[in-house]
Amino acid sequence: MGKSISEVSGQSNNPLFKNQVGMNKKPPINPKKKGFWKRASRQKALILMSFPFVIWLIVFKYIPIGGWLMAFQDYKPQFGMFDQEWVGLQHFKDLFQEPMFYQALENTLGMGILGLVFGTLSAITFALLLNEVRLITFKKLTQTISYLPHFVSWVIGANIVITMLAQEGVINNILVGLGLIDSPIGFMSNPDLFWGIVTVADVWKETGWNAIIYLAAMAGVDPQLYEAAKVDGASRLRQMWHITLPSIRPVIIVLLILSIGNLINIGFEKQMLLGNNVVADKALVIDLYALDYGIGMFRYSFGTAIGIFKSVISVILILICNQFAKKIGEGRVF
Amino acid sequence: MKKDFKKWTFFDIVLVLFMVFVLIITLYPFLNILAISLNNAVDTAKGGIHIWPREFTFANYKEIFGSNDRLLQAFFMSVLRTVVGTVTGVIASTMLAYTLSRRDFVFNKQVGFLLVITMFVSGGLIPEYMLIRHLGLINEFAVYILPMLISAFNVIIIRSFMDNIPPALEESAKIDGANDFTIFWRIIVPLCLPVIATIALFLAVGQWNSWFDTYLYARSNENLTTLQFELMKILDNANISGGDVTSQNAQVIADQTNPQSIKMAITIIATVPILLVYPFLQKYFVTGLTLGAVKS
Repeated sequence: MGKSISEVSGQSNNPLFKNQVGMNKKPPINPKKKGFWKRASRQKALILMSFPFVIWLIVFKYIPIGGWLMAFQDYKPQFGMFDQEWVGLQHFKDLFQEPMFYQALENTLGMGILGLVFGTLSAITFALLLNEVRLITFKKLTQTISYLPHFVSWVIGANIVITMLAQEGVINNILVGLGLIDSPIGFMSNPDLFWGIVTVADVWKETGWNAIIYLAAMAGVDPQLYEAAKVDGASRLRQMWHITLPSIRPVIIVLLILSIGNLINIGFEKQMLLGNNVVADKALVIDLYALDYGIGMFRYSFGTAIGIFKSVISVILILICNQFAKKIGEGRVF
Repeated sequence: MKKDFKKWTFFDIVLVLFMVFVLIITLYPFLNILAISLNNAVDTAKGGIHIWPREFTFANYKEIFGSNDRLLQAFFMSVLRTVVGTVTGVIASTMLAYTLSRRDFVFNKQVGFLLVITMFVSGGLIPEYMLIRHLGLINEFAVYILPMLISAFNVIIIRSFMDNIPPALEESAKIDGANDFTIFWRIIVPLCLPVIATIALFLAVGQWNSWFDTYLYARSNENLTTLQFELMKILDNANISGGDVTSQNAQVIADQTNPQSIKMAITIIATVPILLVYPFLQKYFVTGLTLGAVKS
């Protein structure tokens, strides 16, 4: 009840209402609320400057969210959105009975976890070691070059990986040259190697980029800590382990939590570009599955259901991680 | 500190050697591909090309810029979409950011809310595809520009930059009778040039690198093909044979080139623009990154 009364009284303060009643009323106390229409008419330029983009947001961002309804219909493009046959959760039931779906889920989580573990480890190790390099110019040069691969597209990245790993590519040359293998390995045509190749490609392309944030955190560590450690006779390695690493721990934890939330959103570019018919079973990730079935086979509703499933898992992962973060936050000692 | 510098330990040497190793791993592939792209395709098939071409030739580049109309077309389309996409994207993001930086704007909260939500929820692949289809954008140039006109992340970066502009500047202009658009164009935009340059670079790299929208929305229109997409197609053809490049090299066509060597030349052409803007990119993007981190 109290709420509705305040709403009513709020309405008498509503400039829209006021304007209709007339100009005889006392001016409102809160100057910010004053003359909505007056302000709006003075801000015509601002309204014109944002209006087209509000329309854009609604069309290109909000209508696709509304498109989720397709997952509960038997969507046929020739009919309108609301003239479709509603089928409830049928597509989700079908989805959970498809063996291919579990294959895609396994591949997504497998490559996601590998990428998370090795991506984080390589970035932290690289940042830790680069932070210790004493030749300042060399250090800057190395860092600048290290994130170059991040800016080239995955098409180029995939081309590089395939070229390097080809039968007559440099990796096979080195391995044969060292006598580690007798004949060149067909890296790209071995399904068992595919997850590993994707992970290595990811590490090659993103380590320098991912290290930036750790290096920024390391730059903020109090130099007095190192001085004190030196006085106590700690070696460089011990300083890295006992000062640098604990100092960036909060950053590591935040980034880990964010990436665990995104475990299922690993994208599909790498898998699509590096994959081929021979390794297709290991390259099929959820997005590719949605693409193949949803668009390739015109099963739009089914594809939408896959997308919704992914979003739901993603939200659950983020919520779990948030809880986990709270727990860790309480237990954080230093 | 100075004294430390002279004391080079075993550890320092190992560190420098490790970093040199990292540099080699990062750069070797690019140099290798450059060498192959400048090498005779028949000779390349024999293997053993590292960072220097053995039988030097421009044949692969001539194929792209001379005899092959489609590849030349693809190059121009890549340039066109990058220019148009960057210009429209910058105008849209900056304008929207300005209205959001004006806390007195009557719809400030509503527009801000609409924008921020898009950072967390998205319709997904299929609904977006259906939307593009219903809008009739399939096989149209606009499909490269319209769907990625605005990114909430970019708008927020520009807005946080605008928040640091002293309000006195705007107020004095207002007293002089300038309207909001004049203030935006004459005062805000010139002051925001550093952040606008950053966003322009981000957008340009994104446009130049994108291939999936061509694949999904425009693959049946030959006029809309881009360099990245042509590269992706060659990659795809090679992949059908299980990624074994040797078999591809066998089918050498006239002019001493073959798809594999042309692929390397396209890779180089697609990488060079990134290298050209790289000094500017790496100067600005750390600012953008830290700004974004602070906001989120």
